[in-house]
Amino acid sequence: MSGSNDGDVILELKAITKAYSGIVALKKADLKLRRGAVNVLVGENGAGKSTMMRIIAGVERPTLGEIWMDGARIHLDSPADAVRHGIGIVFQELNLFGNLSVAENIFATREITRGIRGIDHKAQVEKANEFLNRLEAGIAADTLAEDLPIGQQQLVEIARAVSLDTRILIMDEPTSALSAAEVDVLFRVIADLKARGVAIVYISHRLEELMRIGDYVTVLKDGQITGHAMVKDIDTRWIVRSMIGSDAKDFAKEVDHEMGEEVFRTQDICLPRAQGGYAVDHVSLGVRKGEILGIYGLMGAGRSELFECIMGRHEHSTGKVFVGGEALKGRDTTKRIREGLALIPEDRQREGLVQSMSIADNLSMASLGQFLRAGFHIDLKREKTAILETIRNLSIKAKNPELDVTSMSGGNQQKVVIGKALMTGPKVLLMDEPSRGIDVGAKADVFRTMRQLAGEGLAILFSTSDLEEVMALSDRIAVMSNGKLVTVVDRKDATEEMIVSASAAGHKTKRMHA
Amino acid sequence: MTTATQTAAGNSLSTGAALLTLMKLRTFIALFAVIIFFSIFAPNFLSTANMILMSKHATQNAFLAIGMTFVIITGGIDLSVGSIVGLCGMIAGGLIMYGVALPFGYTVYFNVFEVAVIVMAAGIVIGAVNGLLITRLNVAPFIATLGTLYVARGMALLYSDGQTLPHLTGREDLGNQGFSYLGSGTILGLPVSVWILIVVALGAAYFARFVPLGRHIFAVGGNERASRMSGIRVNRVKMFVYMFSGFCAAIVGLVISSELMASHPATGTNLELNAIAAAVLGGTSMSGGRGTIGGTIIGAFVIGILSDGLVMMGVSSFWQMVIKGLVIIVAVVVDQAQRRLQQRVTLMQMAKAG
Repeated sequence: MSGSNDGDVILELKAITKAYSGIVALKKADLKLRRGAVNVLVGENGAGKSTMMRIIAGVERPTLGEIWMDGARIHLDSPADAVRHGIGIVFQELNLFGNLSVAENIFATREITRGIRGIDHKAQVEKANEFLNRLEAGIAADTLAEDLPIGQQQLVEIARAVSLDTRILIMDEPTSALSAAEVDVLFRVIADLKARGVAIVYISHRLEELMRIGDYVTVLKDGQITGHAMVKDIDTRWIVRSMIGSDAKDFAKEVDHEMGEEVFRTQDICLPRAQGGYAVDHVSLGVRKGEILGIYGLMGAGRSELFECIMGRHEHSTGKVFVGGEALKGRDTTKRIREGLALIPEDRQREGLVQSMSIADNLSMASLGQFLRAGFHIDLKREKTAILETIRNLSIKAKNPELDVTSMSGGNQQKVVIGKALMTGPKVLLMDEPSRGIDVGAKADVFRTMRQLAGEGLAILFSTSDLEEVMALSDRIAVMSNGKLVTVVDRKDATEEMIVSASAAGHKTKRMHA
Repeated sequence: MTTATQTAAGNSLSTGAALLTLMKLRTFIALFAVIIFFSIFAPNFLSTANMILMSKHATQNAFLAIGMTFVIITGGIDLSVGSIVGLCGMIAGGLIMYGVALPFGYTVYFNVFEVAVIVMAAGIVIGAVNGLLITRLNVAPFIATLGTLYVARGMALLYSDGQTLPHLTGREDLGNQGFSYLGSGTILGLPVSVWILIVVALGAAYFARFVPLGRHIFAVGGNERASRMSGIRVNRVKMFVYMFSGFCAAIVGLVISSELMASHPATGTNLELNAIAAAVLGGTSMSGGRGTIGGTIIGAFVIGILSDGLVMMGVSSFWQMVIKGLVIIVAVVVDQAQRRLQQRVTLMQMAKAG
């Protein structure tokens, strides 16, 4: 990483650590931002890029570490602090007020006023148009923000950040919603800002874009800086290597085991959508004992909804579910769990864990009925034995099961949710995006656990939008698109192209999966 | 430089942990503080007679606070308990004085035990109404129980046209004497109501730890969606807590009217606020998921001793209200501070570890 020390540093992060409950998002990360340059930040999802930017923008405060600007230590305790220091940010999610005009959005919190006679709307619109014209956006400043298409809303965000006269401008995936022409304009604006000495922080997944526009590149992986260099010295291969690391992805597909007879089958599962059509459209599929069936699909393909129908979460769903050849009679989640189904929900924090309870209580909450004496008294000893056994079987790192569940890392929290489901003694395990929000090491661990459970004879259905994951982990692959089950193939016969094209089948406008 | 900051961080970590323990014991500390304070400044505070009187007062708050604790742990609130106390007192009085007039000219009188059972059932029914409003009709707990607060109080007033039902001694020929036992009887020197409190409190604490439904109360309050996904019947849990709260209120209604040997329709006004205060003082989190029966009982006694002690010191009742309010606010502020500190300590530990 030669030559990375020259340049005119404006902002420096020193050994920044940021811990959230359950996950350490940044681990002693250092970052130098240089004036008049595009500082590129890359990394996988969950590597900590957004967290780092939120710290610079004053939205989050670091748990440990220091921030230095122009050689003096500063504290960024609120977004207003950051603005005062000349830091502007264009967030990944749009942060516009839909009910206000474009001009009002651009000048929110620093309205142009005419003394006590209130806001000078005319002047605001004029100045806003100036900024928008510089972006060649073709947007009239007096239109309502919500009336604009997403791409143009993004441009408004950028115009707002530019209008702040910032010294540091952070752009978190600014091109994700822009057309190619709009991207060209954006890059011209960036070049212009650069010439005026603004330090730009640019975050993106599109490597070719980074190579085109970047001056310095910093790579983040699992909350740590794994590479820092000048863009002219490196190539995309170097970036990928730093991003993923040498230990690539370990999906642990080891032993092949015998699969038994079919234990699970759905028949014509349907879920009507409120605005007409079906969110889940006549889905019928079967899973054998010891088999892992991966359901691949894009966002909104109906994977989560299918799982929810199977678990009896939707009153309006139709169709039959069979476990071990018997049609299930129970309509609600409680009965479905008793009949041998279990679901690991996609959103661990909202649907998986009870954050106020201990690790042990979270593990046993769904299966307390198994430890009863005289029909109502929980045998604490038996409960504890079962909890410890689950912790051991899943190798959950919990020194003391009485601690709060939020004191664990994301991967271990996920294992607690899995353990809770397993303690109900299911025959079929449904896992909705089991690798979401956990780091690479924990992912491999969760996948190993899935393999092990399948080996023990559990039938597993899991859903994912990660192509690599579905290819490596499944025995058979089902592809869903727009609520329909498009195809089910053996992994041996599956190719990535085939799956991608199948997943786009149900969509009128084909969307590329990034 | 680095080592210096590290040791500094280490020190702040251990002082933080010490402060945390202190904060966790705050209800205990508060209880001892009020006892010591009043035994120095209030004459006769430590006399047996006064102790028994105070425990009777605190007991009334404690019953309501136990029911309230479960409700608050599920993330709800029950504002109707004070009114249920009043209505149940009136029902008890009415049953003893007038019995139930049947349409064909007969009047049925119940003995005291039967009266108690009927009154408790009435409390449970009102609680069930609260529960149904909240679970089936999706009314927010605050609004639903505010509604039953007015309805129950209004019914209590309608029952006797606002008059007190006096002299609930019963008549020998009807076999319904002995109502006073509940409020003024003693067993081994302790008032009967205190014994009942001990039974109910132990029962509730057992229930919260050893019975699945009790454990589920905490899960529902901590994360309702996750509870539902885990197969917990959330509506059943909520029905239970409001019915139990109604049951506790009915006991208080019985105890108060037995103590006075009269039923007044305005009995129990504002008691719901004492119950909420006791629960909060005892460490129950208003956002749900956290709380203990033991803490709540201590909280109820702190509030009871505080108000009785201030009376004994001759503090004006206006000042009493100010002091009580301040104590509650301080309790919640300390509670929040504890939670923040707890979070910081865990995060610091995590940041250091990994």
